Amino acid sequence: MTAALESRDRFLAEFDRHGGTLPGPGRLRREALDRFAALGFPARGQEEWRHTDVAPLTEIPFRLAAGTPNPHQFAGVARGPLRAFQIAFVDGRHAPTFSSIDGNPGVRISSLASVLREDPGRVEPLLAKLAAFDRNPFAALNTAFFHDGALVRIPPGAPAGAPIHLLFISSMHGEPYVTHPRILVEAGEGSQATIVESFLGPAGGVYFTNAVTEIAAADGARLDYYKVQREGVEAFHVASMQARLGRDASLTHHSISLGGRLARNDFAAALQGPGAGVTLNGLYEVTGAQHVDHHTLVDHAAPRGTSRETYKGILGGRSRAVFEGRIVVRPTAEKTDARQINRNLLLSSEAAVHTRPQLEILARDVRCKHGSTVGQLDPSLLFYLRSRGIGLEEARRILVHAFACEIIDQVRLDAVRAQLGGCLGLMARGVA
Amino acid sequence: MTMLEIRRLSASAGDRPVLRDLSLSAPAGEVHAIMGPNGSGKSTLAHVLAGRDGFTVTAGEVLYDGRDLLAMPPEVRAREGLFLGFQYPVEIPGVGNTYFLKSALNAVRKHRGLPELDAHDFLQIIRQKAKLVRIDENLLNRPVNEGFSGGEKKRNEILQMAVLEPRLSILDETDSGLDIDALRVVADGINGLRSKDRTIILITHYQRLLAHVVPDRVHVLYDGRIVRSGGKELALELEQKGYSWVEKELAGTP
Repeated sequence: MTAALESRDRFLAEFDRHGGTLPGPGRLRREALDRFAALGFPARGQEEWRHTDVAPLTEIPFRLAAGTPNPHQFAGVARGPLRAFQIAFVDGRHAPTFSSIDGNPGVRISSLASVLREDPGRVEPLLAKLAAFDRNPFAALNTAFFHDGALVRIPPGAPAGAPIHLLFISSMHGEPYVTHPRILVEAGEGSQATIVESFLGPAGGVYFTNAVTEIAAADGARLDYYKVQREGVEAFHVASMQARLGRDASLTHHSISLGGRLARNDFAAALQGPGAGVTLNGLYEVTGAQHVDHHTLVDHAAPRGTSRETYKGILGGRSRAVFEGRIVVRPTAEKTDARQINRNLLLSSEAAVHTRPQLEILARDVRCKHGSTVGQLDPSLLFYLRSRGIGLEEARRILVHAFACEIIDQVRLDAVRAQLGGCLGLMARGVA
Repeated sequence: MTMLEIRRLSASAGDRPVLRDLSLSAPAGEVHAIMGPNGSGKSTLAHVLAGRDGFTVTAGEVLYDGRDLLAMPPEVRAREGLFLGFQYPVEIPGVGNTYFLKSALNAVRKHRGLPELDAHDFLQIIRQKAKLVRIDENLLNRPVNEGFSGGEKKRNEILQMAVLEPRLSILDETDSGLDIDALRVVADGINGLRSKDRTIILITHYQRLLAHVVPDRVHVLYDGRIVRSGGKELALELEQKGYSWVEKELAGTP
C-alpha cells in the first residue's frame, strides 16, 4: 500500500477513535470523512497539485492534537505587540488566558467548539457553506476533524475598531500531530473590520496545520484580512480560505507566508454582488528546502467587480514556489476590471518557481491584465549600492526589502509590518 | 603625495581588451580631465577603478594613496574615499533616496571609526547639501533616481558626492545630458569639493564642463591608452581640432 493510502487510512481510523468526541455536526463530519476517503490525498500529477508533492506529509503518522499540558509557556508569544482583541489557540485548543475577546462592542468573537456545544443552531447553518469539500481532500479532512477555531460575527454597520487577532500556536511537544483549525467570519452589511490570522510554531517541530477559513462579507462590508503564516520550517501548513462578497463589499487580503517545510495556501473569492472588490497582496519568502504553493481564484460573478492581485515571492536555497492564479469572469460579470501579477526574486541558482496565471473571460466588456516574472537581484543595482560604501550583504538586504516593500507598504498594522521587517532579508544576510 | 597611480594597466570588458598599458598619475589636490572619443575606454577605466564586475584586469596595477586599489571590494574602495559618479545612474525602486544616503554615509563613517549619525543630524547634513546642489527636497523622499530627469539624476550623483566627501572622485561623463543651468550647478558642486587633500578625475567627451571646472591636467585617452597629456589648453586644442587630430598625429608617429 502506498504512503498516501496508508496515511488516509490512519486518518479514517483516527476518526473511528475520536470522531465521537468532536463537537457539533456529526452528519456533516461523516459526509466530509466519506468524501475524504473517496478522494484520498492528492496524487502526483493531479492538476491542482501538479508541482506540489504531498508525499512527505503522508509519510508522517500525524495524530490528532489534544492540546498542550502547559499552554502558559507561550504567554510571551501570545501577548505580542499587536494591540487587538484576541482569541488564541494552542495546539488546536482554545487558550482563554491569552484571549481578550470581551468589550469589543457588538463584535462577537467566540471559540467555535464552545458555540457548537452550547448553541449549535447558531453556527451549524454557516459551516461548509463556502468551503466546499467535494474536490479538496484537505478541506474535507478539516470538516471531518476540526475541533476548535474562531467564530467572528461583526454586526451590520459596525464601525472599524481595534483589529481582531486569531492566533494559532503550535507547541510541538511529543509525537507529530495535526490540528484542523476552522475559522468562520461573518461581516454584516456595511460593517468594517480588520482581522489577523496568525500561525506560529517552533523551528524544529514536525506538525501539520490544516486550516479552513470561511468569510462571508455582506453588502457593503469592508474587511481588511491578514494571514501571517510563520510555522516552523519543519511543519506542514495547508490552508484554504474561501470568501463570498456581496454588493459593493470589499475584501483586502494580505497573505504573508514565511514558514513551513511545505505550505499550501488556497484562496478563493466569489464576487457575487455587483461592485464588489477584492485586493490580494501576497508575499512569500522561503529558503532551504521549503516549498510554498499559492492557488488563488477570483470568481467575478456580478457586474462592475474589481480585483487587484499582487503576489511577490523571494526564494533562496533549494526552495520551490508555486503560484497559480485564476481569474474567472462569468457572462454575468460585465464591466469587470481585474488585474493580477506574480513576481519572483530568486536569490539562489538552485531555487525555482512555477508560476501560471490563468484568465477565463466569458463576459464581453471587461478589462483584464495578468503577468508574471521571475528574476534575480539586478547586479547593476547591487554595484551602485556597493559603490557608495554599502556592503554586499546589506546591499542585498536593501534590495530584497525594496522588492517586498510594495506588499509590506500595504500592511496597515504596524505590529504586523514590524514582524515582516524582521523576517525579510534573513536570506540576504546569508541564512540561505 | 600621489593619490592615484595607474601603472601599465590593461583591462578587458568581458572578453574584449579595452585598456592597453595605460599609465596615469594624479597627485592630491589636483583636478585631472580624461578626454577621449567614444569607445576609447573612458567608462571601462572608471568602472575598473570602482571595482565593477564584468571587467578583468589583465596586467598592471593601481595604487590609491599608496595601496593596492584593485585588491579592495567596491564597498571598501568607497569607504576608503573613492567615489564614482555614474554616467547612467540606476533607478532603485523601493529604496528611498534619504535612506540610501544615510546607509551609505553611515557605512563610510563606521569604516572611519566615526559614530553613526542619528536621523536628526543626518537630515541637517542632507538638507544643507541638497540646497548646495539645488535638489528639490521632494526628490530626497522619492526612491533613488526613480522618475528623475536626466539632470536630476546627475545632480543626485553630485549630492551623494557632497554627502560622502570622497578623497578621490571619478566623474564619468557627469556633464552629459545637462542643460547649461544644470551644468553650472554640477560644476559648482565639483568646485566646492576641490581641496588640497582631494583629487578629482573628470571623464568627459567635451570641453564644456572644463570651462567651469578648470583642470590642472588634461589627458587624452585613445584606443585604451593615454596618448597625450598637457595643461588645460590641451582641452581647448582638442575641442578645436577634434579627436581626428590625435588620430592623425598618432598615425604620423613612427
